[in-house]
Amino acid sequence: MSEIEIESRNLDLWYGSAQALKEITMAMPEKKVTAIIGPSGCGKSTFIRCINRMNDLVKDCRITGELLFEGTNIYGNSVDAVELRKKIGMVFQKPNPFPMSIYDNVAYGPRVHGLRNREELDRIVEESLKASALWNEVGDILDRSAIDLSGGQQQRLCIARTLAVKPKVILFDEPCSALDPISTAKIEDLINTLKHDYTIVIVTHNMQQAARVSDHTAFFLLGELVEFGKTKQIFELPEKKSTEDYITGRFG
Amino acid sequence: MTSLISPATSDRAAKVMLWVSASISILTLLFILGYIVVQGLPVLTLSFLLESPRLSGAEGGILPAIVGTFCLMLVTLLSAVPIGIGAAIYLAEYAHEGAVTRIISFGVECLAGIPSIVIGLFGYAFLAIYLGFGFSILSGGLALMFMILPWIVRVSEESLKAVPSGLREASFALGATKWQTVSRVVLPTAIPGITTGVILGIGKAIGETAVIMFTAGSSLLMPTSLFDPVRALPYHLYILASEGISDKMAYGSSVVLLVMVLVINLAAVAIQRHYGRHHVRN
Repeated sequence: MSEIEIESRNLDLWYGSAQALKEITMAMPEKKVTAIIGPSGCGKSTFIRCINRMNDLVKDCRITGELLFEGTNIYGNSVDAVELRKKIGMVFQKPNPFPMSIYDNVAYGPRVHGLRNREELDRIVEESLKASALWNEVGDILDRSAIDLSGGQQQRLCIARTLAVKPKVILFDEPCSALDPISTAKIEDLINTLKHDYTIVIVTHNMQQAARVSDHTAFFLLGELVEFGKTKQIFELPEKKSTEDYITGRFG
Repeated sequence: MTSLISPATSDRAAKVMLWVSASISILTLLFILGYIVVQGLPVLTLSFLLESPRLSGAEGGILPAIVGTFCLMLVTLLSAVPIGIGAAIYLAEYAHEGAVTRIISFGVECLAGIPSIVIGLFGYAFLAIYLGFGFSILSGGLALMFMILPWIVRVSEESLKAVPSGLREASFALGATKWQTVSRVVLPTAIPGITTGVILGIGKAIGETAVIMFTAGSSLLMPTSLFDPVRALPYHLYILASEGISDKMAYGSSVVLLVMVLVINLAAVAIQRHYGRHHVRN
């Protein structure tokens, strides 16, 4: 059993007076893929956005409980969300490349963190694009606008941009929901490769995807964690009735 | 009850009426432009552009007025752009929606509604007299800044708010600070829209007469410093025409003014093209 990288303890979250997450307690192991599944509105995206404190940007969002990353509560007073996000990267549902060149997109993170050396930047851009399986397609058009890439390429560029910051954790928030099956397969292959070096948490409403890419699966329903365990066990021998109903397609 | 006019007839009638409306709009513009150009073209020579006026402008050229107009625009741009964009960034990115933003927005709206002659009087009382800038490029430029600031704030704010929130999230998720996100992602993405706002503002300012007659003065001498008075082009042609000095010269000045506005608009298009390379498709 590998080390625990992220651990949520009794996490509650409110948007104004509406409670979106209730007492979430679960532990995500290092260099494994943890999938979060559940029907729309179950709080899975809200939860993953707690891990890199993206919910800080939401007005009237209140969180209690603890979320430990490397043993420290990231909602503690001494934690700087900006520093935290260098270690915990995120890939979003809709590909969101910056309206800049491919190169500048990947170099954005390192530059923001103060790197100016051109050779070093070149090296990071190449490494990151290779690691996101995009180098062969864009290696000689780095000056082109990222907006001209296809949706699947844009999403891999967003992954490269995240890798360039050298995070320890990558959060994927429904990364394939806007992509075609071929692009989706490429992203899934990529996740399988990336898990050797990164801890991955992926939110998906595609159960086959969760079954294919993850080691552990958490099933969320109405803001509560219904069941959490090894992916194989969740899909073959779920303990809870509602988990079974969901994965067999009886609702959701 | 059945209508007396068949649907096909009313359809044709509507098309004709809309076509006539469109034609009148275009023809009016072409007529005004054509008339001014035809009247003004004969006096448009190199010496008209490069000489100082003689006999109150009845003879000679309009160089000091051209230079004066440029100087006023420069002061206006250099003051209005940083303040306007700064205010817009604050409103769009930093301020929480609430009483303060509503008060600022309301103030901006009110400022936009003040008649230019009132801004001119205020500029005279505050800039020229109270601050002691006198009739000068500085007073005139700053008074014009008061006039176009609301435009720049409003258009810039709208352009910033139109930047997809996904881009902000992506930047934050990479560990960028708020200011890095605003300055490196949001602002560059909004530049085409902001440029349009600035250009619209300058286009308004360059033709403005009421504001500058109380603040910039009406000197026909070549200015040598920010504190010298100048006579801007629109005021020059107003005096030429209203005091019966020379209609011919007034039309010549109008053509020059129109060309300046055209050049400003072309510059705006060029800037938009340049920044529009990475236009965000949605």
